[in-house]
Amino acid sequence: MATVPVDDRQIIRRYGPHLSSMAGVRLSTSVEPERLVKTHCCFCGQQCGLQLKVRDNQVIGFEPWEEFPFNRGMLCPKGIKRYLQGSHPDRLTTALRRDPADPHGFRAVPYEEGVRATAEALARIQQSHGPAAVGVLGGASLTTEKTYLLGKFARVCLQTPFIDYNGRLCMVSAGAANKKAFGIDRTTNPWSDMVGTEVIWVAGSNVAECSPITTNYLWQAREQGARLIMQDPRITPAARTCDLYLPVKPGRDAALFAGVLALMIENGWVDEEFIATRTVGFDQVAAYCRDWTPARTAEVTGVPERSIRQAAEWWGQARSSFLFHARGIEHHSNGVQNALGTINLVLASGRIGKPKCGYGTIVGQGNGQGGREHGQKADQLPGWRDIANPEHRRHIAGVWGIDEKDLPGPGVDAYELFRKIDAGEIRGLISICFNPKVSLPDSGFITRCLEKLDFYAAIDFFLNDTAWHADVVLPGSLHEEDEGTVTQVEGRVIKINKAVECPGEAREDWRVLQDLAAALGRPHGFTFRNPREIFEELRRASKGGVADYSGITYEKIERQMGVFWPCYSEDPETGQSVADHPGTPRLFEPGSFNPVARGAGPFYFPDGKARFNVAEYRPPVDDAGGDYPIYLTTGRVVSQFLSGTQTRRIGPLVDQYPEPRLEIHPRLAEKLGIRDGDWATVETRRASMTLRALVAATIRPDTVFVPYHWPGPKSVNRLTVAAQDPISKIPQYKVCGCRVRRAEGPPSEIAGLEPQQ
Amino acid sequence: MAKPDHLQFFIDPGRCIGCQACVQACTECDTHRGTSMIHLEFIERGRSVQTVPVVCMHCEQPTCAEVCPADAIKRTGDGIVQSARKPRCIACGNCVLACPFGVPEVYEDRQIMMKCDMCYDRTSVGKKPMCATVCPSQALFFGTLEQIEQLRPRSAPLNRFRFGAQTITTRVHIMIPRGDAGRGDGLDVSGALQKHPGSRAPRTSQPGTVADRAVEQDPFEEISL
Ligand code: SF4
Ligand code: SF4
Ligand code: SF4
Repeated sequence: MATVPVDDRQIIRRYGPHLSSMAGVRLSTSVEPERLVKTHCCFCGQQCGLQLKVRDNQVIGFEPWEEFPFNRGMLCPKGIKRYLQGSHPDRLTTALRRDPADPHGFRAVPYEEGVRATAEALARIQQSHGPAAVGVLGGASLTTEKTYLLGKFARVCLQTPFIDYNGRLCMVSAGAANKKAFGIDRTTNPWSDMVGTEVIWVAGSNVAECSPITTNYLWQAREQGARLIMQDPRITPAARTCDLYLPVKPGRDAALFAGVLALMIENGWVDEEFIATRTVGFDQVAAYCRDWTPARTAEVTGVPERSIRQAAEWWGQARSSFLFHARGIEHHSNGVQNALGTINLVLASGRIGKPKCGYGTIVGQGNGQGGREHGQKADQLPGWRDIANPEHRRHIAGVWGIDEKDLPGPGVDAYELFRKIDAGEIRGLISICFNPKVSLPDSGFITRCLEKLDFYAAIDFFLNDTAWHADVVLPGSLHEEDEGTVTQVEGRVIKINKAVECPGEAREDWRVLQDLAAALGRPHGFTFRNPREIFEELRRASKGGVADYSGITYEKIERQMGVFWPCYSEDPETGQSVADHPGTPRLFEPGSFNPVARGAGPFYFPDGKARFNVAEYRPPVDDAGGDYPIYLTTGRVVSQFLSGTQTRRIGPLVDQYPEPRLEIHPRLAEKLGIRDGDWATVETRRASMTLRALVAATIRPDTVFVPYHWPGPKSVNRLTVAAQDPISKIPQYKVCGCRVRRAEGPPSEIAGLEPQQ
Repeated sequence: MAKPDHLQFFIDPGRCIGCQACVQACTECDTHRGTSMIHLEFIERGRSVQTVPVVCMHCEQPTCAEVCPADAIKRTGDGIVQSARKPRCIACGNCVLACPFGVPEVYEDRQIMMKCDMCYDRTSVGKKPMCATVCPSQALFFGTLEQIEQLRPRSAPLNRFRFGAQTITTRVHIMIPRGDAGRGDGLDVSGALQKHPGSRAPRTSQPGTVADRAVEQDPFEEISL
């Protein structure tokens, strides 16, 4: 029974979050580090290069790494203070077993006992209910080696189809749209292509807070003359100084793109030659857009007609351009259509596959890109292979040394996996670095599902809010305790280096998985001695796939400071082995070869042509209206990361933004009688929460915003809706209807909590 | 080794995104570990997300040093105005009151005035100041005048400021839109302050310039509730 063993407050008392701040050796100015380890930040998808100062097996500080080409020493506050999570008092250093008799709900047990108990429970469930009665949840912050091993573990060792990952909450709409339009899912250009371009369109991306380093590329571009178009319901710090601000109503992005494309067509601002020779499907898209007159577009999107016309004119007439988007347009039940809408604008302009012309999707999580390429996604095998494709299955089965028919088929998305738990089909769960109780929408439902499980094991380094429900917790590794590769926002594969050893009985995550495989009596294929050996197998597995990593080695990454995939070990055109393929910073250059088109064109379809897709506008599910007249939207603040498992434990980051605030426009606040700093209650069709108001004119007056990094009564995801995109299955975090009223004070369950809890 | 003379510090509030990386990084400086000497100011959070980082401007004739009765504030040969010298400082706070930029602060617990010394521990050994290295929008930049001209063709550095009758030249430059540069002799800070009461940071652009266009026009005006 995966209920929380004792009162929440007892668990928090023992396992935190407690705050780590500079103290002791970290505060001392006289202590010299023994060495500096070049590695990367453990948080967002930009994966800034930095150096950790190490002494006595402890990370004691950081030093910028100015040579690393992406960020040149630049960091956001999270990267600066990330070092404070090592040697943290909350760090799990033993295995734990659920024990309601223990005052804190868990009892420390020897690591081997934890592994044995987990293996026995999973085996018992699978014997009685079949292999598919166990589900696996992974994380997009894991190294690519770990995600590869996790996918293999689920399919080969557990033989369950049910594996998915928290990238489902992040990149899947962009990924699905990219695949539909280009046949490959990767940002198409290095960020340096922004500098020197004429116009940059940023759709639904709060770059200043979610990808701060990208801001410098924007500002550099602006200094060289680029115009900035920012589309967002909030005037984010980067939108403050843009040339054109499109204050779109949450969830109306596809309509906006259709309206702009209609104007481009009407005014002849499309690249007819590119459309005719390099794309298919334009006519249907043009026909769909015809109905999106400026007046109708303005009516639906809330963007003034003159701004729509201005956007079309600047975008349409530019000679070079860059467009990128993030969760703002993707976290919707219409997320794939929204993303396809942006791609249609790019394709119609013909400005792709050349220097200073680009398209990009911003990866949110550390290894959002690599984490979805190598097999922890429900429908994919390593190398971006399709789990339903017999040829792809044969290749991977060959690398794994198993019979293709023993390989399970496609599973389901992370949310559906919980519905299967609810239905009693999945009875055992194992998760690693995923905190769905805070990060999935309508999270009250997620909590009820966790309570229904027969058995739940969590692998993590801190006891996150979901792991409170676990029967067994296995202590995994922190970012600085292991090595491996990750793929950052531009598609650059980089190397994470080990700085310190795991403390106590904690183990590198890949070791934990292998120990489980051994305890389950199926060690075959799980006897790697280090991450490098896993990477070598991954290279072979990905060879010939779209995400071909076969030409990448740890040494090459070091030498080049990152390698852009695809990077071949064999010339895809001639089949001859290539000694040193440099990687592919820019995709779709004319004449470029890929294994799908085989010379027919630069795009990854047999005819080498890109696809226009009708990007249809559909209103959000659970829209504002009736008793819930205000739009609720959610997002991040710069000092916190995702569900806050790590950042809510770092003192200076908590000080910077201690608690969630309700951002509300002065006009709406006045109407509701709310002043800055007052307590206010937000209520949706699912739940309500009370928090302090931040009255600011930087948000649409019909919309309120709450950041999502906090758990329990401070978690906005109890309020959000579980409506999902039909293709990508991403949840609609970015909009639902709500009502807001003034509250007299904090509810008692909040009043007694520390800011970070 | 002292800070090479040709390296300058530039601040561009038009780029600042309020992330506080500078504030967090400054607490890692070796001379004042755990305490940040850079301050980040919101101009008016209710109206705008505009923020301004405030560091010591390293004046050529530092008013703080001129008014210090204990002669505790020294300016090094390379133009860096240092925090108060420990044996001399009497924590009287004269410097705090006198500095037109509002930079020095007296730390009651330590009974001393401390402020940004442009990362003397780093710049004196050839490194860049911590805040300028990390600033993800490069609102803080450390380099040569030639570099800044090449990197920022649309902006101009300015290091003369007028406070009523007092004109101050500083080692730290503020970047302003090129069109606004060269108007009068330096930036009229007290004039700008009157337009934005309550703020302690200089205003660096005229209404209608790119820097705060979105907010000046209220893009949400037409939305009815
Ligand atoms: S969180 Fe992202 S932007 Fe901030 S330092 Fe880490 S990788 Fe860089
Ligand atoms: S130059 Fe150094 S001391 Fe001054 S504000 Fe920047 S980081 Fe702090
Ligand atoms: S680090 Fe740079 S962008 Fe961030 S608050 Fe400081 S000056 Fe502004």
